[in-house]
Amino acid sequence: MTTIASGAPLLQVDALNVAYGKIEAVTGVNLKVGEGQIVTVIGPNGAGKTTLLSAIMGLLPATGAIGFAGAALNGTPIKDRIGQGLALVPETRALFSSMSVENNLELGAFRFHHRPARERQATMAEMYTLFPRLKERRTQRASTLSGGERQMLALARALMGKPRLLMLDEPSLGLAPLIVREVFRIISALRDSGVSILLVEQNARAALKVADYAYVLELGRVAAEGPAAELATDPRVIAAYLGMNSKHQERLAQ
Amino acid sequence: MNAQIALLLGQDGVINGAIYALLALSILLVFSVTRVLLIPLGEFVSFAALTMAAMQAGKPALLGFLLVALSLAGLVMDLIDATRGGARRLRIGMLAMPAYVGVVTALSLALPLKDLGMALQALMTIALVLPLGPLLYRVLFQPIAGASALVLLIVAIAAHVALVSVGLLIFGPEGARTEPFSDSVFMLGEAVIQSQTLWVIGLSLLLIVLLYLFFERNLYGKALRATAVDRLGAQLMGISPELAGKVSFGLAAFISGLSGVLIAPITTIYFDSGFVISLKGFVGAIIGGLASYPVAALGAVALGLVEAFSTFYASSYKEVIVFTLLLPVLLWRSLAQKGVEDEK
Amino acid sequence: MSPLFRSRLLWVLIAAVVVIAAAPQLLPPYQVVVLNTVGIFALVTLGIVLLTGVGGMTSFGQAAFVGISAYATAYLATTAELPAALAWLGGNPWGGLLAGVVLTLIVATVLGGVTLKLSGHYLPLGTIAWGISLYYLFGTLDLLGGFTGITGIPPLHLFGIAFDSSPALFVLIWGIVLLGVVATLNLLDSRQGRAIRALNGGQLMAESMGVNTFRTKMVAFLVAATLAALAGWLYAYTQRFVAPTPFSLQAGIEYMFMALIGGASLVWGAIIGAGAVVYLKEALQDVLPHLLGKGGNYEAMVFGLLVIVLMQKMPLGIAGALARRVTALRPHRGAATTQIAQAAPLARRPAPAPAESILEARGVTRRFGGLVANHDLSFSVKAGEILAVIGPNGAGKSTLFNQLSCVDTPTSGEIFFRGHKINGRSARDMAGAGLARTFQHVKLLPTMSVLENVAIGAHLRGRKGVFSSILRLDRSEEAQLLKEAEQQLIRVGLGAHLNAEAGSLALGQQRILEIARALCADPCLLLLDEPAAGLRLKEKEGLSQLLSKLRGQGIAVVLVEHDMDFVMGLADRVMVMDFGEKIAEGLPDEVQANPVVLEAYLGGAE
Repeated sequence: MTTIASGAPLLQVDALNVAYGKIEAVTGVNLKVGEGQIVTVIGPNGAGKTTLLSAIMGLLPATGAIGFAGAALNGTPIKDRIGQGLALVPETRALFSSMSVENNLELGAFRFHHRPARERQATMAEMYTLFPRLKERRTQRASTLSGGERQMLALARALMGKPRLLMLDEPSLGLAPLIVREVFRIISALRDSGVSILLVEQNARAALKVADYAYVLELGRVAAEGPAAELATDPRVIAAYLGMNSKHQERLAQ
Repeated sequence: MNAQIALLLGQDGVINGAIYALLALSILLVFSVTRVLLIPLGEFVSFAALTMAAMQAGKPALLGFLLVALSLAGLVMDLIDATRGGARRLRIGMLAMPAYVGVVTALSLALPLKDLGMALQALMTIALVLPLGPLLYRVLFQPIAGASALVLLIVAIAAHVALVSVGLLIFGPEGARTEPFSDSVFMLGEAVIQSQTLWVIGLSLLLIVLLYLFFERNLYGKALRATAVDRLGAQLMGISPELAGKVSFGLAAFISGLSGVLIAPITTIYFDSGFVISLKGFVGAIIGGLASYPVAALGAVALGLVEAFSTFYASSYKEVIVFTLLLPVLLWRSLAQKGVEDEK
Repeated sequence: MSPLFRSRLLWVLIAAVVVIAAAPQLLPPYQVVVLNTVGIFALVTLGIVLLTGVGGMTSFGQAAFVGISAYATAYLATTAELPAALAWLGGNPWGGLLAGVVLTLIVATVLGGVTLKLSGHYLPLGTIAWGISLYYLFGTLDLLGGFTGITGIPPLHLFGIAFDSSPALFVLIWGIVLLGVVATLNLLDSRQGRAIRALNGGQLMAESMGVNTFRTKMVAFLVAATLAALAGWLYAYTQRFVAPTPFSLQAGIEYMFMALIGGASLVWGAIIGAGAVVYLKEALQDVLPHLLGKGGNYEAMVFGLLVIVLMQKMPLGIAGALARRVTALRPHRGAATTQIAQAAPLARRPAPAPAESILEARGVTRRFGGLVANHDLSFSVKAGEILAVIGPNGAGKSTLFNQLSCVDTPTSGEIFFRGHKINGRSARDMAGAGLARTFQHVKLLPTMSVLENVAIGAHLRGRKGVFSSILRLDRSEEAQLLKEAEQQLIRVGLGAHLNAEAGSLALGQQRILEIARALCADPCLLLLDEPAAGLRLKEKEGLSQLLSKLRGQGIAVVLVEHDMDFVMGLADRVMVMDFGEKIAEGLPDEVQANPVVLEAYLGGAE
C-alpha cells in the first residue's frame, strides 16, 4: 500500500455527480475524510446520502473525482476498491440471512481468500472479543438475530476485511436507544483503533457528537459543513434537525 | 406387469431420475447465482456423451476447436474491457483459460484415447466439457449481467440454438452410445440389478455429497451461496459477480459433463438430444420452486420414475405425459401463492 | 393537432390497403409466396408483442396455439366422415375457423389459469413444457396423421371467392394482418390497454388502481392466442398440408426471436421482425454454403449468434432502435382532444357527510416472526381531516401504511373504512370502495404519457371491455376518462405536461402525478406514503397547498411522513410512532413540545 503524506486525506471526493436516468440525486459534492477521522453526513430522507456512499463504493456510476489513499478510484471495480481497504455497511445490512453468523464473518474476510485460513480464524477471534454476543450466536442463522445483533454482525463482517475506511449507512436505523448508544460507542472505539469512518446518519445529534467533521446534505448538495462540534451548535442545523422552525429550509438553501 | 418388470422399470427410472436430479441441481445453482435459466445445459450433456463415444470409436475429439474459438473470443473481450474506461489493467490471469484450453485441446488430439481405458477417457471428456461453462458465461452473459430476466432467457435459448448446430458440425447426425462401465450383473433375490445402475447411483450420490461439502465447508462454495442469498452483500465482500458467475457455470458444466458420461452407455445420444434431457432437469427445478435443492432432486427422481413407467404403458405418449405433469405442479404452486407479487 | 392526427392515421390505412391490393400484381411470384409466410408469422408475432412486449409475460408456446388451430382446420376440412357431434362444423372453412379459435382459447384458458398467477419464470418454462407436449401429441395421434401430418386440404373458398393462388391469399393474409394491427392498436389505446400496459409498472400498482391483474393478463394471453389461431387457420389453407414440425417448440422460440428482433414494445415491430427473420434465413441459406461449405446446419448457428449479439447491443430490437432516432415512429396515442373537451364528466360517488368517520384502526398489531412491527395502534380519521403519522426511520410507519392500504393484514386488531371492517380485503377491493394511495418509491410507467398514467387511476370508473375497445365503441367513455385525468392534472398543477413522457418529469412532479392518479379514482380517503421525500422547497409548499385544498373538499388524508416540518404546518392531528408503538398523538403544537417525541427523533446519544 502506498504511504501518503501526512495531512493528505484518506478519501477525497471532488465535484461528484450521480444521476438516475435524468434525475440527479447527487450534485457537485466535495468531501474529505482524513486518516483516523470520523466524518458524518447528515440530512433528511431522500437527500442523496445513500447514493453518495454507493457512488464512492462503485455500486453506482458517477462523474467527478474519487481519490482514495492517493489513488484515483474512478472506474475501479468494487472488488478492487475493497482490496484497497474500502468497506460499506449498507442501510439494509445485506447480511447472508440463511447462513450462520460464523459463515457471514468468514465471508467478510473473502478479500484475503488467497491467505491461509488461520489468519481469518485469528481475525474472527478478535471480532468475538469485540462482540461477545456474536460468539454466543455463532452457529445461528443470521436471520434469527435481533436488530441490534444484526448491526453488530454487519459491523463485524465489514471489519473482517480490515478496512482502512469504513462507510456506515444509518447504523442506528431501527435500533432501540440502548443499542444505539452501544453502536456509537463501538464506532468511536473503532476510530481510536485507527479505522477511519464515514458515517451517514439521520440521528443527527448522536452523529454530531461522535464525529470530528460533518456535512449536511440536502437535495443532493452539501448545504453546510464544518467541524462537528461547531455544526452541533449552529442554529441552522439545530433548527433543521429539531425540526421546529419551518424557515430553516429556505435559509439552508441560500 | 410383474415384479420383475417393475424392478427393471424402477431401475431405469432411478438412473434417469438421478441424472435429472444432478441437472436440476446445476440449474438451481446457476439460476440462484446469476438469474440465468441455463437452457444450453443439455448441450453440455450431449457434447460429453458424444465426445466420449468419439474417443471410443477412435475418432478425433473435435470439441477442443469450439473451446479454442470461445476462449479466444473471451480473451478479446477481456482485452477490450481492460483498455476501456479509466481502469487500464492487463492481467496475466487473462491467459489462464486460453492456456488451459490449448493444453486440453492438444492432449485430446495427440493422445491415443481409444486405447487409454475408460477412466482416462471419462476424465479427458470432463476436462473438455468443463471450460464450456465459464467460457459461455464470459462471452455471452457477463456483458449483460444486469439485463432483464427476459433478455437473459433469450440469450440462453439462442445459445442453445447455436450450440445444437455446432454439435451437428462436430459430431455429425448419427447417434452414439458408449460401452458400459461394466457388464456385470447382481442378483438380489429374484431381481436382476445391473452394475451400471449402481455406478450411476453411486457417482450421483458421491457428487451430491461433494457438492454439499463444497458449499458447507469451502470458502469459495460459501461465497457462491452468499451471492445467491444476497448479491449486494456478496459484492461488498469483494466476491465479484463475474467470478461467481464463472464458477457456477463451471460447476454446472462439470456436473452435466459427468451426467453425459453416465448416460452415454444407457441411451443413444444425438447432437440434439440434450435439450429434452435438460428440460427434464428444469421440470425438477420447477417442482423445487426454483429454490429448494432437496425438493428439486426428489422431484427429478420422481420424474424419472414416471417416465420409465409411462414408457411401459404408453410409450408413444411418454414425452406428452412427462411434460403435461408440469401442469398440476404449476397449479399447486399457483394456488399456494397468495395475493400479487412484484418481481424484483 | 388532432384532426391532423386522425387524417394521418386514415392516410396510413388507405396507403396500406392500396399497397396490399397492388403488391401481388407488382411483385415476382416467388416474393409473394415468401411474403405470405411473413404475413402469417407477423400475425403470431403481433400476439407476442402484446403479451411479452407490452404486458411483460413471456410465452414460447405460441407455435403450439398455431398448431391447434391449423390441425383443427385441416381435420375438419379433410375428414370425410366426421363424428356426428362435429358434422355441423365440416364442409366449409368457417367451421374450421370457429373450431380452431375455440379450441385454442380453451387450451389457452387452462394453461393461462395455471401459470398466469405465478410470477417470473414459471410462465416461460411452462410454455416450453406445453410446447413440447403438444408437439409430441400432434405427432402421436393417429387421428392427426402422426408425423406425416394431414395432406389434401382443399383450397379456401370464402364468399364465393377462391383463395387458391398466392396473390389471392396475399390479399387475404395481409388484409387480416392489417385488421390485427388496427385491433391491437385500438386495444392498447383504451382503458383495457392501459391496464395491460400497467402490468409492466408492477402488479401492486395496478391492483391498487383497481386493475384485476390476473384477469388483465388473461385478456392479453387470450388475444395473443386468438391471433395465433387465426394464423393457424391461414397456415392450413396456405400450405394445404399440416405436419407437426412448424408447431414445435423450436418454432415457438423463433416467434419470440421475431418479436425481439423486430422490437417487442412496438406494434409494427411484429411485421419488421417476421420479415427480418424470414429474409435473414433465406439469405443465410443462400450465402452460408458458399462461405462455409455444405454439410453443417450453419444458418441455425449464425442465427443464434446474431440473436445473441442483437440482445447484447440492441435490446429494444430494430423498431425500438429506429423509434429512438425518429420521433415520428414512436407510438402516438390518445383520443382526439376536441372529443375530450366535449366529454361529459364522469359520475361521482356520493360524498361522505362532513366529519363522517372514514378510517378507524383499533388495536392494530403486526408481528413478523418474533418482531413486533406495530403494537396496539388505535386512531381514526374523519372526512375533511388530515392525519399525519410521523416517526423516525424504522418506527413501523411503512408496516402500518401497508395494512391501511390492504397490502398486508394485521396479526390482530381491526381496521374500519367507512364503518366496514377491511382486514384481509384486497387492495383492489379498496380502490373500488374509495381508498386511493401513492407509493413511497414512485411507481409509474416512464414511457407512457403523463395523461395516460393518470387515467389508470380512473380504471374502475369505466366499464367498456376488450371488444368495445377493439371496435372503437368505447370512444365517448374513453374521452370521459381522459377528461377526468386531464382535470385532475390541472387540479394538481401539472396541466402543462399532459403529453410529456412520465419518466421525463422531475421526481417531485412524479410524486404529484401519483396524487393526480389517486384523485382520478374519486376517493374519499387519500393515503400518501412520504409524499414530500425528495421534493424541493417550492414543491413542498405547492403540495401543502394542494392537500389543504383537498381537505377543504371533504377528502380525508392520511400521510406517513418523515419530514416533521412539512407535517407541522399542514396536519390537523399528528400521531407519532417509535418502535412500532404510538408514543404521542395530538395537535401539531402539542406534539412538537412533547419531550418523548424529541427524544425519539433526536435522542439516544445522552
